[in-house]
Amino acid sequence: MSYSEKYETVIGLEVHIQLSTKTKAFCGCSTEFGASPNTHVCPVCLGLPGALPVLNRKALEYSIKAAIALGCDIQQKMKFDRKNYYYPDLPKNYQISQFDMPLAYNGRVSIILEDGSTRDIGITRAHMEEDAGKLLHAPEEDSSYVDLNRTGTPLLEVVSEPDMRSPHEAHEYLVTLKKTIKYLDVSDCNMEEGSLRCDANISMREKGAAEFGSKVEIKNMNSFKAVKDALTYEEERQVELLEDGEKIAQETRQWDEKNNITSSMRTKEETQDYRYFPEPDLVPFEISRELVKKIQDTMPEMPGVKKDRFRNEYRLDEKSADILTAEKDIADFFESVVAEINDPRDVSNWIKGEVLMHMNECNTDIRGLNLRAADLAKIIRMAKDGTISGLAAKETLSACIDTGKDPADIVKEKGLKQVSDESELEGIIKEVISRNERSVNDFKAGKENALSFLVGQVMKLSKGRANPKLANEMLRKKLL
Amino acid sequence: MKEDLSDINAYKNWLIARAEPLTSVAAMLVDRASRIDKDIHAFAAIDAEAIVRRASRFEKKDGKGRLWGVPVAIKDNICIKGELTTCGSRILEGFRPPYNATVIEKLQSEGALLMGRANMDEFAFGSSCETSCYGPTRNPMDLSCIPGGSSGGAVAAVASGQVVAALGSDTGGSIRQPASLCGVVGFKPTYGRVSRYGLIAFASSLDQIGPITHNVADCATMLEVISGYDEKDSTSVDIEVPRYTESLSKGVKGLTIGIPSEYFTGGIDKDVSERVNEAIKVLEGLGVKTVDISLPHTKYAVSCYYIIAPAEASSNLARYEGVHYGRRSPDADDLIGMYIASRNEGFGLEAKRRILLGTYSLSSGYYEAYYLKALKVRTKIANDFNKAFDVCDCVLTPTSPTTAFKLGERMDDPLKMYLSDIFTISANLAGLPAITVPCGEGRNGLPVGLQLMARPFAEDVLIQVAHAYEQKR
Amino acid sequence: MGNNINNKFITEEVVRYVARLSRLSLDDEGVSRFQHQLANILEYIEQLNEVDTKDTLPTTHAMSSIKNVFREDELKGSIPLEDALENAPQRHGNFFKVPKVI
Repeated sequence: MSYSEKYETVIGLEVHIQLSTKTKAFCGCSTEFGASPNTHVCPVCLGLPGALPVLNRKALEYSIKAAIALGCDIQQKMKFDRKNYYYPDLPKNYQISQFDMPLAYNGRVSIILEDGSTRDIGITRAHMEEDAGKLLHAPEEDSSYVDLNRTGTPLLEVVSEPDMRSPHEAHEYLVTLKKTIKYLDVSDCNMEEGSLRCDANISMREKGAAEFGSKVEIKNMNSFKAVKDALTYEEERQVELLEDGEKIAQETRQWDEKNNITSSMRTKEETQDYRYFPEPDLVPFEISRELVKKIQDTMPEMPGVKKDRFRNEYRLDEKSADILTAEKDIADFFESVVAEINDPRDVSNWIKGEVLMHMNECNTDIRGLNLRAADLAKIIRMAKDGTISGLAAKETLSACIDTGKDPADIVKEKGLKQVSDESELEGIIKEVISRNERSVNDFKAGKENALSFLVGQVMKLSKGRANPKLANEMLRKKLL
Repeated sequence: MKEDLSDINAYKNWLIARAEPLTSVAAMLVDRASRIDKDIHAFAAIDAEAIVRRASRFEKKDGKGRLWGVPVAIKDNICIKGELTTCGSRILEGFRPPYNATVIEKLQSEGALLMGRANMDEFAFGSSCETSCYGPTRNPMDLSCIPGGSSGGAVAAVASGQVVAALGSDTGGSIRQPASLCGVVGFKPTYGRVSRYGLIAFASSLDQIGPITHNVADCATMLEVISGYDEKDSTSVDIEVPRYTESLSKGVKGLTIGIPSEYFTGGIDKDVSERVNEAIKVLEGLGVKTVDISLPHTKYAVSCYYIIAPAEASSNLARYEGVHYGRRSPDADDLIGMYIASRNEGFGLEAKRRILLGTYSLSSGYYEAYYLKALKVRTKIANDFNKAFDVCDCVLTPTSPTTAFKLGERMDDPLKMYLSDIFTISANLAGLPAITVPCGEGRNGLPVGLQLMARPFAEDVLIQVAHAYEQKR
Repeated sequence: MGNNINNKFITEEVVRYVARLSRLSLDDEGVSRFQHQLANILEYIEQLNEVDTKDTLPTTHAMSSIKNVFREDELKGSIPLEDALENAPQRHGNFFKVPKVI
């Protein structure tokens, strides 16, 4: 873009991660997604008079785990504060959050830039807080409806330094952050379901300027793509204004997905005065180094380390290693299959290709596919040793995923066994040769393509069961 | 035999001798209370049907339970499941909590007969029980006077003999000051000794529930019943509950009592200082040693409290706006309008004053100068006591600088009203246990109270000293 | 007590700001009355500045020895829908109903 010579984009992201504990941050209600309205509530999360919060130990442990993975310094002492503001999805009209003594400071996320180099994006802090409920708007009436199921769900808010310099970097930050957190199994990190939410801050300044420009906050981005698009739009909008000599208003804007623009939200006359003060209903917390070490010892091998190991140990290329380590479950699955059939490259291809395709089609993750590693290994072995053709192997995999049956049984039931017996193919070969005189002559004249066509005809006549390699050899022998 | 509500044991003996089903006893108690209460208005309302219904549930039980059948008044800010609990405020009109406060569960498991909703200053903001939306309570000792507050109703119910005991709440003296002005025993436990789960919060770091009784022995029994760790309250302390009743017989020989000079300066009624000094003599006669001590930051206690308490209250009361419960104003078209109208109509003047004061001291630009400063002064006040307890077992002071004042006398002067709590506030700021026992009357015939404060979790020492004094008087 | 001295502690403008933050609305008479009363109280509270707290830590919790109170991640304590909505001033099916959020 032409303006990138004159202006520098400065982006910071605030990401809210919903922790996948069984119960809420301060009470024993379920955090299960999609329940019938107001059925996972109690006096505490309803904000009833007299109810009191008690911190969920697991929420703290998951938060510490996430903060460690993000390279943060876990504080020895932390406390909770009240953030006071009025909204109907916040029954107490204050949110229990952390202000000046949060869980962690000073982390980083390593992203890969467009030119392949890596850069660290700083994390200013990570703190714990409780989620609010859901507000639904009734268009016909002048009313809104409140569902408090989500109120009190534990969140970890991760605030980045304003280190990102392009929408692409912001996108990469989110992708990497999600990958890292998902590895820990502490959150579903699903933007569509709301277990990962993102607000952005963006400003533009002339290259070389010491100060930041006016910061604009962007909300209502519901996917990683939306974040990238919204920031791209904002860059252009702000540059246009600056070039026209106008000032950028420091405000909050929302992303309008339908029209691909950001629009100003109602500007508040005064910035919110949250009147933070220490939460008197919760005691302070001391996080011992022993606890941090205990949690650190439960950390899985993280994506970066795993990827390097896959490249070395399994001799995979960069791209394959990337795909296979994108999710911990896929990486674990890969290694389980390789343990059964020691051909990493083949296994890699199968997973990158067919398995991922099935996952997309069924709109599920590797666990949801219900495919046993041993079964995939069997299929790959059968394809390798010629028992079934490549095509039949794909068919077997589909059936295996659908029915859960043993691949050997499927091959038998569907009669997919490849014909690799010369005598069995003899008849078909003869038939094909007799029916396709022109192609036969073409091949004899030197056209290799004609042979491929003839092999194809053998496959057709044998209903895909002929071993194509054998068919090729036999045709060649007969015709030459 | 005439009913005897003067103490737990006398009442239980009477109940057994009466040999009547609990439901008819309950009906009689309700009837009696309604008659007595006509002039006093200790109760916001007496729900006769609910009380008799509760009695019928207990009838099926076998009569075991330390408080079986004992009528106990409950301040209108302690949640009783399914019963109206409104904190003396219009904004909680119609509110019935779907759960019991932990202390209610404890009382009921000992068979206590809960007599319902004792009147109180709205949201516990007050020292006279005049700001309730149900109208004021009067002092049973002199109907033209206030009973004190905010637990004025609970105290008046005990003092007028309508119940044997009551539960109140104490944030800056709300149990002790009225108990002193009406001539009964009132106890504020150490912060964290009694669960706050189900106590509708005023100032979370200061509130405690405590018993109001005719005598110290009953107070010890009540304390044993309601104290204890509660996993639903993060601020409740996991320390074993001693048998406080065992402290009754210990006597006071060898104990040292500190007399702080700051509590005996000008501004106290002459009657009050005379009665309290007489009490000191009685205690010395029993073998107590007295030492002069200084609590130099006493004079800052009221200021410190009136920053911290309203600040926490302003946040605790933010939830009352008619969305999920309570009174919603019919006059609003939009959300913010609804918030404002509901709160305007629902809160009384003192509540609004404290909310404004509290919001102010937390707001941007003022937090350091006010709230943070007050929290630091609080440390100093607590340290004064720490030092004092190096040289004494408990501290003795008057409970209130005056006897009961007239209805309406201080309503237009908030600051003067706040200063009624000057002797009781420090115990809340420092989290200390404190008791008030009657120690005589002024020339006007109105009761004077003696306060004792002790180290955290030294409730037993207070019981020990207070009982010995009470028996000797 | 003249207005000038009073205003030093809190002005009518600040009273209005604080009222907005607290979702209270005051008419002119109310603003004036509260301004006087609050100014009186704040003037009294000024005495806190006499205390040297340079090296003093704030006390946010009365029992400073209590730390690290937790509950375990177990399902407990949820109440039935009808209990949750019982006190709702207005409801729509299983939702709390409020005037539209603009």
